[in-house]
Amino acid sequence: MTTRYTKDHEWVRLDGDIATIGISTYAAEQLGDVVYAELPAVGKSVKQGDDLAVVESAKTASDVYAPISGDVVEGNAAIAGENWQIINDEPQAGGWFVKLKVADKSEIEALMDEAAYADYVKGL
Amino acid sequence: MANAETPKKLPLDAIWRERTSKFGDFAGYDMPLQFEGLIPEHNWTRAHAGLFDVSHMGPSFFALPKGHGLEGEEAHKKVSSLIERLVPADIQGLKPGQVRYTMITNEDGGVLDDLMIARPAEPGAAGDLYIVVNAGCKHQDWALIEAATKGEANLVRADDRCLLALQGPAAHQVAAAVIDPALADMNFMTVKRYDAFGRITVTRSGYTGEDGYEILVRAENATDLANALLAHAEVKPIGLGARDSLRLEAGLCLYGHDLDPTTSPIEADLAWTIQKRRREAKDFPGAKRILREYDLGPARKRVGIRPNDRAPAREGVEIFKDGRQVGIVTSGGFSPVLNAPISIGYVESAYAEPGTGLELMIRGQARAATVTPLPFVPHNYHRPKKGS
Repeated sequence: MTTRYTKDHEWVRLDGDIATIGISTYAAEQLGDVVYAELPAVGKSVKQGDDLAVVESAKTASDVYAPISGDVVEGNAAIAGENWQIINDEPQAGGWFVKLKVADKSEIEALMDEAAYADYVKGL
Repeated sequence: MANAETPKKLPLDAIWRERTSKFGDFAGYDMPLQFEGLIPEHNWTRAHAGLFDVSHMGPSFFALPKGHGLEGEEAHKKVSSLIERLVPADIQGLKPGQVRYTMITNEDGGVLDDLMIARPAEPGAAGDLYIVVNAGCKHQDWALIEAATKGEANLVRADDRCLLALQGPAAHQVAAAVIDPALADMNFMTVKRYDAFGRITVTRSGYTGEDGYEILVRAENATDLANALLAHAEVKPIGLGARDSLRLEAGLCLYGHDLDPTTSPIEADLAWTIQKRRREAKDFPGAKRILREYDLGPARKRVGIRPNDRAPAREGVEIFKDGRQVGIVTSGGFSPVLNAPISIGYVESAYAEPGTGLELMIRGQARAATVTPLPFVPHNYHRPKKGS
């Protein structure tokens, strides 16, 4: 399973027609300690680029945008249970935000792969 | 609109670059925002001592012209009467070495800036005042002061020097060890000059709610002073991020957010900064509105607000009561000490009592919150014991 990235630092990983979405390690480092996060309700339909979730550090509030279109099928129970530390500890694993049932897989192909994202972050 | 000018580098830029790459433009200066992390820096300052570079601010000396011929108290009264044209505090009543927090008000009773004014302790400096204003307002403030006192006094900018804030419960121990043992004996809100690291002007003051010092030092001596302070085991460098969360917990106003040209000092709950002599003289800009609100109470009031759940309510969040908007959040974020979100905002005075339930409209959703006394975290200032 390959991971793809957006310019807004979301990552997305596809397994069958279910995509797992989170924020990148770079984004989590930039944000600092997460003090609040808000997930969408299961069943919500989002289009690529829509507001998907909110993540806040002591410093700032950031929107997490939907990297692709789909329907929310699951939110991370750890985050819903206010274990926000997991977003800092393992942003690209246990700190995932939501799972979407994907509408159009081609949207994923257009996103950056690991190497392209690494280059992108280097240029920031 | 983006400012086309490149932000200015701090004189101590190299010292901070060695320790962080997280910089940002603030009031035209390229400032360190964060070192090891906002929350650890915040907690370090509350438990030990944090070193903040606040050289972007506007320190200045305001003095009677040479050969003014006045001495001691008379010289002080003269120079103070000039600055009192702009501020509502009793500056004439300052004792030698005393510092006072005040604001520049406009004719409508709004606040143009908040600032510190100090009367030097040294007899040789009679007729001088040491004034520190906010970074973002300094050009405006200096122009206002010069225009109001033209030919009667001189304003000498000192923002080519460095201003370092050392804040926290260990600050006195560090200052005594690194600078001069006498610093430990200064009271909060006093000023004194010391022959150390060149000649420095030290106020025991700050904007974190902690005990501490603000030290004005010439740029050529500043590297030595900063390095000496940073070498102390109790000291860590602290960025602008934690400076803001510390002042928010301390319930202190941030100009341009919690104070602006439409807010009066009374609305801002700063009536204590306007001493009796000035209230009776009614001789400061905006006195009409400010004294009316002092006597009758303001229509809206600055309050502390604790959201009942975990979602921070930041600047601009609208405050509701029973479905009607009654106020707005002017600063908000997260309190590391309380491990909870906190906000400062203005509400209609009927809803300003601590314990009042309110609603915060966050991303279209009303969330319960409670009016809370300020500060959120008790101040830890070094004041003389009663009776001593």
